Amino acid sequence: MLHNLAQLPRYRALIQSLVARDLKARYRGSVLGFFWSFVNPLLFLLVYTFVFTVVLPASHDPRIEPFSLFMFCGILPWTWFSTSLAESAGVLISGGNLIKKVLFPAEILPIVSVLANMVHFLFGLPILAIFLLYSLPSGRLHASELALFPLVVAIQLVLTLGFALLLSALTVHFRDIRDILSNLLTFWFFATPILYPYFLFQDAAGQDLWQGKLLKFNPFTHLAISYQEILFFNGPVGHLPLLLALGAISVVFFLFGYWVFDRLRDTFAEEV
Amino acid sequence: MSEVRSEMREARMAIEVSRVSKIYRRYSQRKQFATLKSALLSRSLIKNLTPDETFTALNDITLTVPKGRTLGVIGRNGSGKSTLLKLVAGITKPSEGTVKVDGRISALIELGAGFHPEISGRENVFINGIMLGLTKRQITERFDEIVEFAEMKDFIDAPVKTYSSGMYMRLGFAVAIHVDPEVLLVDEVLAVGDEGFTHKCLDKFAEFKRRGKTILLVTHSLGMVERFCDEALWLDAGRVKGSGDPKRIVGAYITDVERQEERELAATDARARESAAVAVVSPDEPASAVLPDTPIETATGPADMFRAAEGRWGSREVEITEVILAAADGTPGHVFHSGEPLDVKIRLRAPLPIDDFVVGLGLFNAEGVCCYGTNTYIEELTPERLHGDAEAVFRIAALDLVEGTYKLDVAVHKIDGYPYDYHRLLHTFRVKSRAKDVGIYRPAHTWRFTGDVRFKKTPG
Repeated sequence: MLHNLAQLPRYRALIQSLVARDLKARYRGSVLGFFWSFVNPLLFLLVYTFVFTVVLPASHDPRIEPFSLFMFCGILPWTWFSTSLAESAGVLISGGNLIKKVLFPAEILPIVSVLANMVHFLFGLPILAIFLLYSLPSGRLHASELALFPLVVAIQLVLTLGFALLLSALTVHFRDIRDILSNLLTFWFFATPILYPYFLFQDAAGQDLWQGKLLKFNPFTHLAISYQEILFFNGPVGHLPLLLALGAISVVFFLFGYWVFDRLRDTFAEEV
Repeated sequence: MSEVRSEMREARMAIEVSRVSKIYRRYSQRKQFATLKSALLSRSLIKNLTPDETFTALNDITLTVPKGRTLGVIGRNGSGKSTLLKLVAGITKPSEGTVKVDGRISALIELGAGFHPEISGRENVFINGIMLGLTKRQITERFDEIVEFAEMKDFIDAPVKTYSSGMYMRLGFAVAIHVDPEVLLVDEVLAVGDEGFTHKCLDKFAEFKRRGKTILLVTHSLGMVERFCDEALWLDAGRVKGSGDPKRIVGAYITDVERQEERELAATDARARESAAVAVVSPDEPASAVLPDTPIETATGPADMFRAAEGRWGSREVEITEVILAAADGTPGHVFHSGEPLDVKIRLRAPLPIDDFVVGLGLFNAEGVCCYGTNTYIEELTPERLHGDAEAVFRIAALDLVEGTYKLDVAVHKIDGYPYDYHRLLHTFRVKSRAKDVGIYRPAHTWRFTGDVRFKKTPG
């Protein structure tokens, strides 16, 4: 397994060009082309702003106003995460031709789909940045906090890769996973503090209620809170220790995902 | 000393397959994956299978290909040729045994397998090349050559989804061949283009050979194995049935295929006659349904009778008891070689003496075209008497037909066409030919040239 893992950097060029191909192919034939990567999150944000200011002008906790922006901080990374998982679950089957007919390291396929979605996520960031600068009360963004942003992205990448490898390998044998997954992801989304703030489940003294304790078992909770603390909330990134713990867990989980994948590798060519 | 030499020999092997078996699991059965835990923790997934859930694609195969040699693998469909190639390529792992390959491999198994339909040929060439192990710079260097080879200059920037299947394959082939492998694995991919392109591919292979590359070629083109390969391997039902000199192996294989065809044709013939025998018209009601005025063999238009499927009818006042096709030496059979003699022996039985009879014969090819038809009446033999058991032999001095399957009508009838016993397309035989000429009839011929005309000697 470690031997195979060590081989991965050799396929850098291949991964790179496959990611580029994925992105090119996605928008080939559309008028706006690459521009969609920017336009999609922009439209998304506009729709939610409209909904939560005109259609449902609910009174949110003043701490999470402007609400659409708060939500956007969580949804953007969540989209990367969930789309990567949904895509990689089917990626070995749809890429079966490669696995069966070309000598091709299969793990590249889920890795490529995670990375391609990461590029979309990164394209969405400028839109987020513009809105943050435009509509957040000035003084909330700090350079020292923003420096942590790449760390959160890196942890999310490792975690997502772990899930992607695990899911892609298992789906080859248990095709039911694809259907379970789409429902599971919907549930997962609502079980993550994205549409609501985590402090909803804390008492006045800042202690976790039972719901809060439960939420902490969800790895994406920590990513979402970190993104929100860095980008949206004022003040220090209090979640940093838990984030680092998640980072360590993510590395272990990635290795586990890779182990499972490596274990099942030889069966792919016959099963897909 | 001899040990040293054998070691050196070992070192020059490009492909070594020793005692390899490949057992596939049957897809419908997935018992062994009933639990995730067993899937992950049982070390050998394949060994735990019970025999009824497996299919042995390759059984204890051992072969070596020395560096610079070309091995042709032949065998019927499903004999395990492609599985062998995939094992050598490393795409699948053997269930037992080991596969060792020395040198960079390029496998022409499915051409353009990694092409993405939405992006241009140019981009696909790069990605495909990288997949096959080239660097970007190497591809840039070879790009023009690849495009030139694939004859795709005008279309290289169009998305691959707009390509015809021939273009797709040509481009895939061009990329794969420009990877410059030390070991080239080819799986029946030469049918990728017109004659010209096929020749280019063959030239490329020849160039590979000259440059001392090792080639493993899986093909149904026996001519190619004979011309091109240093050695041949014949796989049959997952086992090696023969290996060695290509000419000898191909010959043995052809003989075996003919024997198999012979058995199959005999079986279909027997079936056809059986089902026809059921529909016999009894002598009491003398075949009122079929009363053609013209003798059957001279009918030219598609009369109803000629559109009829195989069958048998007639009053049986004279019965055709047996029809035997025999080669020159008298051995009965169903597979014959073009240009060789053929006897059609028709056994007749007339319980009562008959003075009005015509024996006829029609020869049809697979498309139903009448290649030849004649009868004793046309050939001005006036019937006088037929009684008891008799035999008519229709001798063809040279079977000048192109390769294909042919069927025979054999009949005895009255001069006016009233059938005694009519066998419609009940007798099948196959004509084999090494030449791939076309048409129906091959007149005995030779070529002669005058002036400054020369031909290369056929290699080998």
